[in-house]
Parts: sequence; C-alpha cells; structure tokens
Amino acid sequence: MFAEQILNGLTLGSTYALIALGYTMVYGILELINFAHSEIYMTGAFIGLIMVTVYKMPFPLALIIAMAGSCLLGVTIEKVAYKPLRKSTRIAPLISAIGVSIFLQNAALILAGPQVRAFPVNFKSASIKLGQSIQMSSLQLLILLISIILMVGLHFLIHRTKLGQAMRATAQDKEAAQLMGIKIDRVISFTFAIGSALGGAAGVLVGVYFNSVDPMMGFFPGLKGFVAAVLGGIGNIPGAMLGGLILGIVEVLGAVYMSRYKDAIAFAVLIIILLVKPTGLLGRKLQEKV
Amino acid sequence: MLRLENVTAHYGTIQALKGVSINVNEGEIVTVIGANGAGKTTLLKTICGLVSATSGKVYFYDMDITNLPTSDIVAAGIVMVPEGRRIFPRMTVLENLQLGGYLNRNKSETKANMERVFELFPILKDRLHQIAGTLSGGEQQMLAIGRALMSRPKLLLLDEPSMGLAPKIVLSIFDIIRQINREGTTILLVEQNAHMALSTAHKAYVLETGRILMEDTAEKLLHNEQVRKAYLGEA
Ligand SMILES: Nc1ncnc2c1ncn2[C@@H]1O[C@H](COP(=O)(O)OP(=O)(O)O)[C@@H](O)[C@H]1O
Ligand SMILES: [Mg+2]
Repeated sequence: MFAEQILNGLTLGSTYALIALGYTMVYGILELINFAHSEIYMTGAFIGLIMVTVYKMPFPLALIIAMAGSCLLGVTIEKVAYKPLRKSTRIAPLISAIGVSIFLQNAALILAGPQVRAFPVNFKSASIKLGQSIQMSSLQLLILLISIILMVGLHFLIHRTKLGQAMRATAQDKEAAQLMGIKIDRVISFTFAIGSALGGAAGVLVGVYFNSVDPMMGFFPGLKGFVAAVLGGIGNIPGAMLGGLILGIVEVLGAVYMSRYKDAIAFAVLIIILLVKPTGLLGRKLQEKV
Repeated sequence: MLRLENVTAHYGTIQALKGVSINVNEGEIVTVIGANGAGKTTLLKTICGLVSATSGKVYFYDMDITNLPTSDIVAAGIVMVPEGRRIFPRMTVLENLQLGGYLNRNKSETKANMERVFELFPILKDRLHQIAGTLSGGEQQMLAIGRALMSRPKLLLLDEPSMGLAPKIVLSIFDIIRQINREGTTILLVEQNAHMALSTAHKAYVLETGRILMEDTAEKLLHNEQVRKAYLGEA
C-alpha cells in the first residue's frame, strides 16, 4: 500500500518535474518566471488530443507532434513577448508573461470551448505486479518511462553537447558567453524550445493519466511545476527533477490523509521552503549570482 | 589593423565615450591608461560589440565592424579578456578552455591551441578538472587569458589584467602578455596600473572622462611630467 502510493507519487511527480524543468531552464538563463508555461503545457495536451482523436495517430507520434507544437509556441512567445523587453525593467517581461498566459487561456476557450474532454488512448491498460503486493498500471509505467527518457535526454544534451555547454555558459555569464562567440539569442531560443517541448509532453502525459483535457488544465500543474522548481532551487536542473518527484510523493501521501486539501499541499510546501531554505534544496547561495 | 574614428557611446543619457580615435598597428602592444570611470571598459566593449557605438566607426583591417554582433567580431579575430576575468565559475578549467574555442569546429586545431595555452600556463594543465571558481585570482586571470587564446585571435583586448592581483603575480602576467605579443598576437591593453602598462606597451593613449588626452610612444609618456603626476603617483 505504502510502496504503491510512492509509485503513484513518482508518476505524478515525474510530470511535475517535466513542467518544473521549463520554468527552471528559462529562469536560469533570463531570470524570468515564464508564467505562460502552464498554457504551453495545456496547448501540448490539446495538440496531442487532436492528433489522437482527429488524425487517429498512434500515441508516440501524437506525443512527438505535441512536443514540436509546444516548442514552436514557446519560441514564438519568447520572440514576441519577452525579447523586445529584454533591456527594460525586470517587472516588464513578468507582466508580459501573465498577459500571454491569459491570452492563451482565452484563445483555447474560444477555439475549444470550456468543456472538459476525455483523452482516450488506445492501449491495453493492464496492471503490472511488482513483487508481492505492489501493483502499477501500464499507463503509470509508460508515463514514468517517458518522463525518465526525456530527463535523461535533457541531461545528455546539457552535459554532453556543444549546445548544452553554450546553454550553461550563457546561464552563468551572458556577456562572457558572447565573448566566446556564442550567439546568445539563439541559445535563449533553444532554451525556450526545449523547456516548452518538455512542458507540452507533460501536458499530454497528464491529459492521458487523468483522461481529461480543458483550457484551464494548466493552472494547478503550472503552479505545482513552479513550486517544484523553487523546491529544488530555481535555475537548477537536477533540482527541478528532484523537486518534482518530492512534490509528487508528498502530494500523493498527503492526499491519503487529507484528500480535500490535495491542491493546498503544494502551497504548504512552497511556504515551508521559502521560510526554511529559500534557495531550494540544490540551490546556490543567491549572492553567488553577481 | 584596428582603427577607431570618433567613436561615441552612451549608457542612457550618460556619455561614456566622447569621440575617441585610436589606432593599433599589427604586432604592437598598445595601451590606454586612465583613472577609474574614464571609459576604458566601455572602449573595449564598444570594439567587440557589447556596447553599441552611438556614432563613429570601428575598422578592423579594412572591414567596418561598427556594431556588428559580438559573435561576428570574435569570428573576425578580436577577442576580449574582460575586466574581473569573468571565467565561468561553475565549470571546470577544461570546459572554460573548450568554450574559448567555441567557434572552431576543427578538433585537432583546438587540441593544438590548448597545448599552446598549456605551454604559456602550465598550471592550467594541472588544474584541468578543477572547478574554475575555486582557482586563485592569478590562476583565474591565466585561465581568462588562456581561454581567449583558444580561438587564436589576431587582436587580443585586455581589460585591467592586473586588477586585484599581488605585485609578483602582476609581473608574471605582464611577462606572459609580452610573450604572447612576441609570438605574433597584437594587443590592446587598458589599465589603471599605468606604470606596468607603460613599461610593457609600445604605444599609449591617455583617456580621461571619455576623451583621448594624450597619445605618444609608451616610453615617452612614461617620462612625461603630466603623466607622472596624474597617473604614476609622483608629486
Ligand atoms: N552599465 C552602465 N550603466 C551606466 N553607466 C555606466 C555603465 N557602465 C559604465 N558606466 C559609466 O560610464 C563611465 C565609464 O565607465 P567604464 O567604461 O567602466 O570606465 P573604466 O573602465 O575606465 O573604469 C563611468 O562614468 C561609468 O559610471
Ligand atoms: Mg573598467
């Protein structure tokens, strides 16, 4: 029973981790909270849904197209809403982000209507026995696996490729990165592209998991992904993964005892972390970022 | 090789450069000395495109490079070692050097360039896998210069390489600056440490509140009455 709850928590947590990565990567490079991230997540879910229901695509292909679509949306948002404000006050892009978020929610309401739609996927939902008494659905296993693959892929990209090295350099010192010949505008675009693709993937996975997609679906997971990013230390990539998993487990276990407050748990976690260790679990001291 | 014609630069309404013209010939070490706030850093940043010139021209050989993107200027062969070193503190020495060679796709060339950096700074080879932020100030300065050399620049811009370093280390850094120059790299050096700069350079300019005040051989400026009073701390 307990081990099963942990598995449930890990499954949910892995989707929070995917969302948190988008927040943390963008913050790491621009010190901007991309409030439109929750709508990128929602858009990913809708694209996946359309690909599966309208175009009858197999799930993996639908997932990839949803990621590509979210990626395009994220890059466009950066170009249109944030880049022109890069030299203005810090609050300006934040307000712009909230504007984009509201715009996308309402665009989805107009295009898709407010109703909640089912996300039917066509695969056998068997339940898998792990050991004596632990059961996991094949859907959970799939979500967990896809999340892990995406996170391992991201780790590889960031630590083993030239682009990843350029991203880390840009996050540490934009001016010095330019002096190496790095085109930082391009690196920033890539960061939005990758973060948004992960967010879109999370949207599809959660849509399938709860069999529900709607224009407002990004609100809570978006906030929780943000909490996960802060919990791990905003700007820190392994931190976002860890924060997501911990938040998922805490939420699932918490809901066993006080199910009415399920969505409040994340905020309790946020308040505690801000009081106890504002830099997050793996965060650096703030003063180090000059 | 590098020619600035009446370059001005602003931060908002503050004018940091008020029409600066300088000339750097191939093979030389040219220095610009000036007090804190004179506009030395702004001058170098304007050359490499980090600050945009509001008027005037920057020529590199015969190419107009005024306000080109920094990546193009680096690709053309101008690399700056910024004030305060600005190494990537959470990366290893090796990664810092790799980033210095970011624009070079040729692996064997990159390897050869790194070997050359190790010849100049053997200490970096010993510290290869150390996190750069944990190096001493002098080592960080060596890494910053080594990183810049990884792209084999034709013109090296140095912003106050002596800043915050012990006198002994300053001497060895300037020895290496001379050696880099002897091996064929042209150098534009800005410094508050006028004594070191003037005894190292061939030609020198004095910059004061955004204007070039004097220009002569470094040798002559070192013995100039006015310079000795204002910049060499002599009464
Ligand atoms: N980012 C900035 N914003 C506003 N003013 C600046 C900025 N950087 C430099 N300045 C101003 O420009 C002038 C020249 O500065 P700088 O080029 O850094 O001088 P130096 O390198 O000779 O000490 C100074 O008056 C300084 O206050
Ligand atoms: Mg300066």
